[in-house]
Amino acid sequence: MGGSTARVDSQTSDGLRFPTHPVAGLAGTSFKHEHLAAILADGRQEGFFEVHAENYMGAGGPPHAALTRIRQDNPVSLHGVCMSIGGPQPLDKVHLGRFKGLVERYEPALVSEHLAWSTHESTYFNDLLPLPYTRATLARVAAHIDEVQTAIGRPILLENPSTYVIFPESTMSETDFLREVVRRTGCGLLLDVNNVFVSATNHGFAALGYLADFPLDDVGEIHLAGHAEQADDEGERLLIDSHDGPVADAVWKLFDVVIGRRGPVPTLIEWDSDIPEWPVLKAEAAAAQEILDRHANGFVTRRVHAA
Amino acid sequence: MLRSEIRPTADDRRDYASEFTPGLLDPDVMPAGVAGPRGKAAAKRYNVYRNNVTVSLINALAETFPATLRITGEQFFRAMARFHIRATPPTSPLLFEYGRDFPDFIAGYEYAQSMPWLSDVARIERAWLDAYHARDAAPLAALAFAAVDPERLAAAVLTPHPAARILRSRFPAVTIFAANRSGEPVGPIKTVEQEDALITRPALEVVVRSLPPGAAVFLTRLIEGEPLGAAAGTALSESPEFDLSASIAGMLEAGAFSAIRSGD
Repeated sequence: MGGSTARVDSQTSDGLRFPTHPVAGLAGTSFKHEHLAAILADGRQEGFFEVHAENYMGAGGPPHAALTRIRQDNPVSLHGVCMSIGGPQPLDKVHLGRFKGLVERYEPALVSEHLAWSTHESTYFNDLLPLPYTRATLARVAAHIDEVQTAIGRPILLENPSTYVIFPESTMSETDFLREVVRRTGCGLLLDVNNVFVSATNHGFAALGYLADFPLDDVGEIHLAGHAEQADDEGERLLIDSHDGPVADAVWKLFDVVIGRRGPVPTLIEWDSDIPEWPVLKAEAAAAQEILDRHANGFVTRRVHAA
Repeated sequence: MLRSEIRPTADDRRDYASEFTPGLLDPDVMPAGVAGPRGKAAAKRYNVYRNNVTVSLINALAETFPATLRITGEQFFRAMARFHIRATPPTSPLLFEYGRDFPDFIAGYEYAQSMPWLSDVARIERAWLDAYHARDAAPLAALAFAAVDPERLAAAVLTPHPAARILRSRFPAVTIFAANRSGEPVGPIKTVEQEDALITRPALEVVVRSLPPGAAVFLTRLIEGEPLGAAAGTALSESPEFDLSASIAGMLEAGAFSAIRSGD
């Protein structure tokens, strides 16, 4: 083996660039650049930080400097928003390559994506769009997750969506669909409790019934967020997954039920617009941590899929 | 069950995305194939997606072009951005890449014709974001430049810094950009001079400067790989007041280049 080859080998096998920070049982928050100074001034944080992968797909500059700084002291969760796993067309290989690059660079404790799609043909729509649940979409979603997991060399967590319309052609429930995706690909699940509440309200089913049917053992992360309220064509309540306010009381109650059954799971407070000062976001995470800690006794910490 | 047993059946459609998307950017189109639960209508429900797409993309342009927005006002900007989004939606999932065609769109936008400098301000803002996300590199140190043998300086070639951009304007675009980019109150813009912009990011902060006469030509030629002596000659022939030593000092201070290769 030549000298230059040996050098390359040692660079890739020398171990981690960052310390390993365990994420089990922790609450965390979205990481927003405007909070960086306040977070650093606040001293060592207990929790983890989640970032949208796409915001770090530039070559350099302040985003990478900020994430590098945060990653030194905390576990980071890498949350992909636009892989378009639920779309009918093949995955964007360039985008997948960028995603893989981030996984390698930041060694995230958690890696997740959505059961949704956002690109069709050459247009990127910047929203999490819904898909019918059929045997055909199941096969494609499973193939796409296989492709992502093969590329990054580790399992991902797949997030349940919030939806506003249904596809009459669907032949499976969302929970059956997710269960089958997990069985086929070995991925884990990211249970967004706010999405469950939003979809349950919008489609008139019981959130507790959905959660009773949800494969909780496969959940490796939970999301909590605020939602907004509008009206549907019949003038009835239509909830919007807006991530622009505190977590609703009803969602906290569902979260408590989930953790009571599942035990502590890394739990994220998502807040993406009308972003408050850091102490407000931190207090929401502290409220989640309290529920996690309350249920910690009696549960042996279990290994989750992507932790 | 093995995956090979799962095959699409006749009632499975591949084209749910083709049906779903046209209405997202066209308020007059409603997709077939979607519904509300228990026989409810889907119009307002589908409108949530339509609204998410349009508003989030307008917000993305507003974040990339804050000075442009401040000049036009919120309502004007959002209307202009909505036209652009419908005409030219993003093709990359990286929203910081979006808006490259927006300055040209502004230049041709009917209601912006009274602000002929507006598209140049937008061009500076687009270059600002490119500099912000550019690859990190150490700028060329003044000492490294000074170390080049003076006799070989004319043949020296410089490597542009990844963040460096030059934009030329027939208007005082840099002054207008700077006045509207900060949170400070904007007073009257007193200059009518044309301004060339140099955008750099030697470390983490993007800096926009206006360049003295001839410097834009000089730096553009250097960025294109022309040797220093030839670039200076071109700049001088186009602008008799071009000041070579001041331009070199300025470009080193700005961090416009990352390396120098002396002539052989």
